Amino acid sequence: MAAAEKTPVRGTGSVALDSALTWVDARFPLISTWKAHLAEYYAPKNFNFWYYFGSLAMLVLALQIVTGIFLTMNYKPDANLAFASVEYIMREVPGGWIIRYMHSTGASAFFICVYLHMFRSLLYGSHRKPRELLWIFGVLIYLCLMGEAFFGYLLPWGQMSYWGAQVIINLFSAIPFVGPDISLWIRGDYVISDATLNRFFALHVIAIPLILLGLVVAHLLALHEVGSNNPDGIEIKKHKDAKGVPLDGIPFHPYYTVKDIFGVVVFLIVFAIVVFFAPEMGGYFLEANNFIPANPLQTPPHIAPVWYFTPYYSILRSVPPLFNSQFPGVVAMGVSVMILFALPWLDRGAVKSIRYRGTYFKAALTAFVVVFLVLGYLGTEPTTVWGQFGSWLGNVDRATVVARVCSVIYFLFFILMPWYTKVDKTKPEPERVTH
Amino acid sequence: MKKLIAILLIPAATFIAPLAAMASEGGVRLDTAPIKPTDVLSLQRGARTFANYCLNCHSASLMRWNRLEELGLNESQISDNLIFTGAKIGDLMDVAMTKKDARKWFGAAPPDLSVIARARGADWLYSYLRSFYRDPARPTGWNNAVFENVGMPNPLWQLQGERVRVEEKAKGSEGKEGHGGAATVVKYEMVKPGSLSTVQYDETIADLVNFLVYMGEPAATTRKQIGIFVLLYLLALLPLVYLLKREFWKDVH
Repeated sequence: MAAAEKTPVRGTGSVALDSALTWVDARFPLISTWKAHLAEYYAPKNFNFWYYFGSLAMLVLALQIVTGIFLTMNYKPDANLAFASVEYIMREVPGGWIIRYMHSTGASAFFICVYLHMFRSLLYGSHRKPRELLWIFGVLIYLCLMGEAFFGYLLPWGQMSYWGAQVIINLFSAIPFVGPDISLWIRGDYVISDATLNRFFALHVIAIPLILLGLVVAHLLALHEVGSNNPDGIEIKKHKDAKGVPLDGIPFHPYYTVKDIFGVVVFLIVFAIVVFFAPEMGGYFLEANNFIPANPLQTPPHIAPVWYFTPYYSILRSVPPLFNSQFPGVVAMGVSVMILFALPWLDRGAVKSIRYRGTYFKAALTAFVVVFLVLGYLGTEPTTVWGQFGSWLGNVDRATVVARVCSVIYFLFFILMPWYTKVDKTKPEPERVTH
Repeated sequence: MKKLIAILLIPAATFIAPLAAMASEGGVRLDTAPIKPTDVLSLQRGARTFANYCLNCHSASLMRWNRLEELGLNESQISDNLIFTGAKIGDLMDVAMTKKDARKWFGAAPPDLSVIARARGADWLYSYLRSFYRDPARPTGWNNAVFENVGMPNPLWQLQGERVRVEEKAKGSEGKEGHGGAATVVKYEMVKPGSLSTVQYDETIADLVNFLVYMGEPAATTRKQIGIFVLLYLLALLPLVYLLKREFWKDVH
C-alpha cells in the first residue's frame, strides 16, 4: 500500500510523535494491527473471574522467557557441573536466587493458569463451533508446555530430575517392538547421561519455546478471527450497531487492558507470596529429593512427577500390566491427554454455557473435576498411601482401587459426552449477554 | 507402584549396582528441631560444631568460607577459629578425603552437606544426629535409630556419650504374641556419659541443624525481608489499579 493512501496519524498530543508514527504506519501495518487486536477488537462486556487466566498465562510465559534467559547465563548443561551451577546461581550470582525461584515457581504458575483457562472452556463451551481450531491450538500449547516442563525439570540434575526423566523416557520402552530403540534415541545413551542433559537443554531453551511462541500467536490470531466467547456462551456478533460494532462488545483496549492489570497485580501478590515465603511449596514446586545430586546408582525409594503431571501419572499407574508389559497404561495415559483434541466434536449440547446446561452436564463436569483432583493427589503419593483392603479384596491397595475408579470416570466424561450433552434438559439462552 | 517403577526401570536396572551403604529408612517419628534462623549466636555455635566435627569427612563444596561473615564473624575470626586446613578465606568448604578412600573406609562417600538440610529437612537431621547407639554388629561399631545401618559412625560421641539399644517386653503383654507381633518397647540407655548432658547435647545439635539450614539457603533470611517489601508495594498498588479499572468501566452498562 502506498504511503499516500493511509490517513496520517493524529492526536497523540505531540506533533513529532504524530509524524513519526505516520512515517512508520506508511511502511508497516502499525495502526491497523493496533486496531484489529486491541483498540477495535470487541470483546464481550461480561467477562468474569475465569477470563483472567489467558492473559495471566501469557504474562507467565514472558516471565519464564526473561528469567530463563538470565538463568542460562550461569547454568552449565554438563552432568558434572549442572547441579553445582544451579546452587552457584542460588548463592553467588547477585539476585540469582530470585531469578531461579521465579522460574521454578513460574513453571507451576503456568500450569495453574493453563488448567484454569482450560476449565473456563469447559464451563462456558469456548471449545465449541466456531472455536474448534482455537481450542486445538490451545491443546497444542498445553502439550508443548508439558514437554517444556519435562525437559526443564532434568536441568537441575537432582535425584528427582534424573529418576523422573528415567521413568518417563522408559514409558516409550513399553511400546512393542520399537520401544527400546525409541528410548535409546531420546536419551542418546543407554542411561540418562550428559548427552541427554545437553539435548534436553537445547530443547528446553530453544526448540520448545520457539514452537510455544508460534502457537501462542496462532491461538491469538484464531481468537481474534472468531471473537471471544463469554459466560453466556452466545455470539455477540449477532447484534451489531450501524457501524458493525457488536452491541454487547467493548474495545479490548482500554477496557480489558485495565481490567487485566488488576488481575495481574492480584496474581503477582500470590506469586510473590510463593517466591518469597514458600518457594518449595511444601515439596510440590521444588522436591526435597532434588537437592540430592543425580546418582545413577541409587534409585530413590519414591519417585513422583511434579504435581502438574500427577493426574496422568495416576492413570498410567492404575492400568494393570498386560502380558507383563506396561504398554496399556502408557496408551491410557497418552489417550487421556490426546482425547482433549476431540472435545469440540464430543460436545453435542444445544447450549454452550454451563449457565443454561442441564443437570447431566453439571454432574459430569463436577465428577470430572473431582476425579482430576483425586488422581492428581494420588499421583504424588505411593499407592500404599491409604493402606490396603482386607483379604476379601485380595489385599489390594485402596489408593489403586480409587485411582482405577477415577480413571474410568475420567474417560467416561469424554466417551459419554456426546450422549449426555445431547439428552440434557437445557434452558433457553438469552438473546443478549447478562452479567 | 514399586512394580511399575521396577518394570520401567528394567533398561536401567542392569546398570544399577546395589549400593552397600544404602539402608532402609524406617518410619521413625521425628522430633521437631527447635531452631531459629535469625539467632546469629546459635548459627555461630553451629558453624563451630560443623567445622570441628563434620567438615573432616563431609564437604560443603557449594559454600565459601567468607560467606560466614553474614553470621557476624570477621575474616580473621573465621581463619583463626574455623579453618583448620590451608584453605583461604575465599575458598569453598572442601574436604581432603577423596571419594575413593571414603568408599573404602565407610562403604559410601559421605555426602556433601551444602544443601543437606533442604534434602532431608531440619527435623530429620535433628533426630538423626541424636539417635546414634552402639552396635557391635556394625563395622564402625555404631548404628542409628533414624537411619538404620548407616555407614557413618557417631562423630559427636565424645559429646553425647555412648548409648545402647535395649528391647524390653511391654508390661502386661506377656503371652500376647501373635497379634501384630510381640509388644516390645525399645529404649536407649546411656552406658558411658559424654562431656555434655542430654540437654546440652540437644542444644548443640539444634545449633548445628540451625547452621545446616542456613547453609542450605544462605539467602533465605534476605528473601523473606525483601518479600515483605515486595508484598507491601503490591498491596499498595492493588487499590490503585482497582480504582483505575472502575474509572474506565464507568461507561460500560
